[in-house]
Amino acid sequence: MTSMREEQDLPEIVACPNGPLLVRGNVRIVTPDGEPVPRDRRTVALCRCGVSTLKPYCDGTHKAINFRTE
Amino acid sequence: MLGASVPFRADVLYHRRARHFSSFAQVSGVPCEQTGGMQANDDVMRSATAPMIPPTPRGPASAALLDVLLEAAADPSRLVESVRAAMAATPDLLRDDDLQLTLFALYELQYGGIEGVDDRWEWDPTLLTARALIEERFEAELHAAIPTPALPEASAEAVAQALFDLTSADGGPSLSRFVAKKATDEQLHEFLMQRSIYTLKEADPHSWAIPRLRGRAKAALVEIQSDEYGGGRPGRVHSAIFARTMRGLGLDDRYGTYVDSVSALTLASLNMMSMFGLHRRLRGCIVGHLAAFEMTSSIPSRFYGNGFRRLGYGEDVTWYFDEHVEADAVHEQIAGRDLAGGLVESDPGLLADVMFGAAACLAVDGWAAGEVLDAWTAGRSSLRTPAQEQGQGQAREQEQARASVASLSQEPLPQAPLSQPLPA
Repeated sequence: MTSMREEQDLPEIVACPNGPLLVRGNVRIVTPDGEPVPRDRRTVALCRCGVSTLKPYCDGTHKAINFRTE
Repeated sequence: MLGASVPFRADVLYHRRARHFSSFAQVSGVPCEQTGGMQANDDVMRSATAPMIPPTPRGPASAALLDVLLEAAADPSRLVESVRAAMAATPDLLRDDDLQLTLFALYELQYGGIEGVDDRWEWDPTLLTARALIEERFEAELHAAIPTPALPEASAEAVAQALFDLTSADGGPSLSRFVAKKATDEQLHEFLMQRSIYTLKEADPHSWAIPRLRGRAKAALVEIQSDEYGGGRPGRVHSAIFARTMRGLGLDDRYGTYVDSVSALTLASLNMMSMFGLHRRLRGCIVGHLAAFEMTSSIPSRFYGNGFRRLGYGEDVTWYFDEHVEADAVHEQIAGRDLAGGLVESDPGLLADVMFGAAACLAVDGWAAGEVLDAWTAGRSSLRTPAQEQGQGQAREQEQARASVASLSQEPLPQAPLSQPLPA
């Protein structure tokens, strides 16, 4: 059984409605070959709509194409 | 090498004071030798901590304030009378140069301060009285001009969705598209000068809200601000990255250099953030403002970066914009759901303020951007004072000064043609 402290430390992924996957916490983001993807910030947003110019990260373009998850 | 700009700035200060203050003799002893001590500071510290040079007054109220601050006027109570008179005379506070500059200078005492001004003026009751007079009318005029959007249900998800809808429906003029496709090099210089008023203190007005929030909203604001302030790395502080962009175009990155060049509306944009941030009562407004700001940043930032790339600028210049494409795509999610939504869930009474703050951000920044676009499409400069006199001329001479650091101490400094008549 995990303690409350350990639970707080677990990484978290928020599936943002009509938007990206917001990733908080200690997660390695790697290419299909296992190479680390540069990560400049603690919390990152991963593209879910497929049209970002910064993949795997989100660049906000989902709004321009009216991407819907709901 | 950077130190070379400091004696030059002192020279500018001297020049301005000589023009605008009859009691110049009382203050002329301050600047030249003292400011030389800043030469040892590095880039980041220099732009972050140096107090701004005193702006040039734009009318009786701002002249009265600067007389008080620079201790040319013995009696600060005259300031309140000057402010009352200016308020009675103006039909439009949002676009009133004199009063927006007065408010801007009063707020600056709460931020980095003004060169040659005693820090104790920050909490002077007479100055705070003058500030409150302007703020009361400013807030009323904002509400009169900007309707509060329809209110969503008071849940985090509904608030986030309403804010995304509001910001994507914003039909304001697209300065970013103009910059991407058409702006000339001179216009890019103007664009950075205009932006410098807020961006050299990027994120600061919203930080006032941190101790006024609790729980989810507080954690969200700190998460965003931590990223804005570089996540512990001074070189990644957004305002410092912007200062690099300015230097990449040969502009002076010291806070306040271009204040005289920007319009009342550009000052009003920052003044509104300061007012929302400095009043706990308005914490809903500053939260809504930040959400709208973040939601309208990532896509335009890509366009801005493209404009600078189009004219051949490299990564040192475009980093600021490229950084915001990625960062603000993260921030807008946190700001919409956790910050604005979280605040409304814990305090439903703030829903209207959150939505108003977002609408006010879009409206005021839209007006200011529209002013710049109108000037450019009409073939005019967007600056109050021509870039030759106020900005690029200074920057060019600074570059020359930097190039001849070795000879600086022996030779007299060049005099920039700074003369700017006060508006009639």
